[in-house]
Parts: sequence; C-alpha cells; structure tokens
Amino acid sequence: MELFANQVLAGIATGAIYACMALAVVMIYQAIDHLNFAQGEMAMFSTFMSWQMMQWGVPYWWAFILTVILSFAGGILIERLLFKPLAKAPVLTNVAGFIALFAIVNSVAGLIWDFTIKQYPTPFGSSPFLGSQLISTHQAGMVGVTLLLLAGLYFFFQFTRIGLAMRAAASLPESARLVGINTSWMIALGWGMAAAIGAIAGMLIAPVVFLEPNMMGGVLIYGFASAVLGGLSSPLGAVIGGFLVGVFENLAGTYIPGVGNELKLPIALALIITVLVVKPAGLFGRPIVKRV
Amino acid sequence: MTMMLNVKDLRAYYGQVQALHGLSFSLNEGSLTTLLGANGAGKTTTLRAICNMVRSTGAIEFEGKPIGNRSTENVVRLGIAHVPQGRGTFTNMTVEENLQLGAITRGDKKNIVADIERMYDHFPVLKQRHTQQAGTLSGGEQQMLAVARALMLRPRLMLLDEPSFGLAPLVVRDLFRILGKINREDKVTILVVEQNAQLALELADQAYVIETGRIVMSGNAKDVANNEDVRKSYLGY
Repeated sequence: MELFANQVLAGIATGAIYACMALAVVMIYQAIDHLNFAQGEMAMFSTFMSWQMMQWGVPYWWAFILTVILSFAGGILIERLLFKPLAKAPVLTNVAGFIALFAIVNSVAGLIWDFTIKQYPTPFGSSPFLGSQLISTHQAGMVGVTLLLLAGLYFFFQFTRIGLAMRAAASLPESARLVGINTSWMIALGWGMAAAIGAIAGMLIAPVVFLEPNMMGGVLIYGFASAVLGGLSSPLGAVIGGFLVGVFENLAGTYIPGVGNELKLPIALALIITVLVVKPAGLFGRPIVKRV
Repeated sequence: MTMMLNVKDLRAYYGQVQALHGLSFSLNEGSLTTLLGANGAGKTTTLRAICNMVRSTGAIEFEGKPIGNRSTENVVRLGIAHVPQGRGTFTNMTVEENLQLGAITRGDKKNIVADIERMYDHFPVLKQRHTQQAGTLSGGEQQMLAVARALMLRPRLMLLDEPSFGLAPLVVRDLFRILGKINREDKVTILVVEQNAQLALELADQAYVIETGRIVMSGNAKDVANNEDVRKSYLGY
C-alpha cells in the first residue's frame, strides 16, 4: 500500500510537467484548431533564453519574468510572420509549417547553445518535500505553479471580456466578426499565451530533465496525451489529464511486469489512441449540445 | 430626412459567379425597410456585401462615409449589427455570454448590465434561460437571442436576414412586433430581408424587390404591397 501511495505521489510530480505542457497545447488548439508540433521546441528555446540571461547574471525571477514576456511577444511574432499567411491554407500546409518550425527552432538552439547537457537551476530547491523521498520541493513547486496557472487561465477565460472574445473567436469565427471581434488578433494572442505558458513549462521542466535542445521531445508527446485525455477544449481537463498520465505511467511501470522505464512512452501513445477511440471529446471536453 | 445607408452599383461575386448585378438603394435614418425577393435573388448576398463578408465592388456609404474597404469587424464597430441567416448563435456559451458578446466592442461597460436587463424585458424567455447553453434553446428562442445580441451593440443600423425562418407563425408575429418597437423607441434603422413578404410589408415603411441581383421595384411599403406583380409573385393573391 505504501508503495502504491508513493508511486501515485511520484506520478503527480511528473504529471505536473505534462500538465504544464498540456496547458500550452490546449491554449493553441483553442485558438487555431491545430496541434502545434513545435510547441515543445518553442518552450525549449524560451528556456535557453532564460538560461542565457542567468549566465549573464540576471537573477532567477527576473530572468523568469523577462522570458515569459519575450516568449509572449515571440509567439505573436511567429503567428504574424509564419502562420497568418497560412490561415486559409489546408491543414497539411499548416502541419508542414509546424514541422518546419520544429526543425528550425531545434537547430537554431543547437547552433547558438550547442547540444551538450546543461544544469538548470530551480527556484524551489531540491530537498525532499515534507520529508517524502519521492517528491522534492521543486516538484511540489511545479504542482503549485501549474495549479496557479490553471486558476489564472480559468479566471481569464470566464471573467474577462478579452477571454470571452477569444472563446467566441475560437468557436465561431464568422459570428465573432459579426459582433466586432478582430478574430485574427485573437489567434495571435492565443499564440502569445501558448508560448508564454510553454516558457513557464520549459523553465520548470529543465531542472528535472536538464537543458538541451532535445529536452522537450518526450515531454511534448506526454503533453499531447494529457491534452487528448482531458479534452482538447478544456484547460482544466488538460491539467487533470496531465496528472492522470503521470500517475498512470508510474503505476504501469511499477505493477505491469515487463513495462519498466523503457516502455513508458508507448503507454502514452496507447493512451492517446484509446481515448480517441473510446471518448474522442476527452474526459472533460465539452460535448456540444445542439437542438435540431 | 437624412440618409443612413447609401448603396450604389453594388456587384458581388462568389468565386467566378456574379451574384449581384449593380444594386442601388438607400435607407433613410429611422426607417424600417424590407428587401423582398425569391430564393437566390441576392438578398442574403446584399446584406453580406454591406458587412464585407463577400467580395464586392461598388460604393457603400454609411452616414455619408464610405465603408466598402472596412473589414467585417470594423463595419460592425461603426454600429451596424447583422443578424445572419442561421442566427450565428454561440451555441456552447450561455445565453448571458451571448448577450455580453454582442456588446464586446463597447467602451461604456457600466451600461452593459442595464442593457442586458432591457433585453430581458423585451424577451422574457431569455431571462428564464440566461445561464443555459444557448444551443439548448429552441429555434424561436435562438432567433430572439440573435436579435437581442445584435441590439447589445446599440446599433445605429440593424440588418436582419430572414428572422422568420423556421419559426412558428405566432413566434414570428411576436418577433416582428418587437422589431417594430425597437425601430420606433430605440430609433434603430432596420433593413430586414424576408421570405414572408406579407408580414414584412405590414411592418415596413419602405420596400425594395430584387430579382436575380437587380432591384426591380422600390417605394413605399403600402404601394409595393398593392402592386399587382408583387401581389401575384410574393403575396399569392
């Protein structure tokens, strides 16, 4: 029983990583109806920027805030320069755009900062959290930041006018224009917010997985799995999905013989497929009620 | 009487197909005008062209200013509310959120709450359902919501695309009564496209008839209603 509890706890800790990434995935999916394959690379690049600032002597939290702001601006810039021209193009064109962005960001990061693994600091410390050996203060901090982020997003979308406008633009662009919403800028804003959330995720993940250009590969797949599990239309679902995937992955690794560490990633993929087959809207995705 | 909307030589295209062939008409401030015509005559296209939702040429002036080059959202921001065919309801949002979206461009935030209450006075059924997802409303209720959402803009001009479509006759009567009230009391100029010609001509003070993208008749609604051709083609007697 204690083993089970410990594994659940450890799962929640890793789940926080996925939850963070899933939030960014949901953000962009809400805005543009596509999954951004370059999301992880953008987050990695942001993390490198913050690392560079710290190398130059900027204190952690200043670097953190500056990176979030720069990433927000960078996300908007990417949308305006690369994806706005593709707005009316077929899905595959967009997918090609995402993959190109993935490759470019990855190589540019490698070019600037090379591919050696770097240590990345944590603001929360890495001592055992409340005496538990399985969860560190950093991981507890991540869980906290993820929940704060979720609360912030919830507030933004439910109680601010711009949040309402963004939701409207995402669900029915033509009607949104007819009430005077500039849908094109709402999409750009979605990109900016996704990039900023991705940056936060990256900076929190880096102390765990270490900093290098390929750090987000596995994480992004788990992020996708979490977002799909929770429902691509629901930030709350994404976060719960993240924790569930983390716990599920840990329990499977512990209790299913032969799974171990090596087979954890296929579990995420199996999860994506199972959810898509059984409950395509995800656990918390809002089914659209329609009266005919 | 001052001119609210002036359209000259409007031509509209869907890809290669031309849907409007040089349409000209104007709306007086405070008027309630109806645009009649058979299916495919170009009524919806005319409304869509005013809001720049379809490719068009020609001159469109709103309160004396050309608006032909403005994007849809910038046309709306001038105070032109468009209730589209199919109502354009945000079905996965609540009734109240739909109303708030109608006022999303307004700067006078403190009046919005009062305006929502005013809409609930016009359409009491919306108040009963204000926390409900708009997609669960009946067709008539959704049409009322669409009109209320458009009014939340505090528009100077309201364009309505077949508001009676798919509604029970009693509901249509009710809706048209409210439109007349809005036109008189709130001084909103209204252009309504309708298949239900009889009802539209009763309500309107001006009427235009279009056929295959051209205006074929215009004038006082009563005169148009008494015209023999119109009676035969649209009123059925």
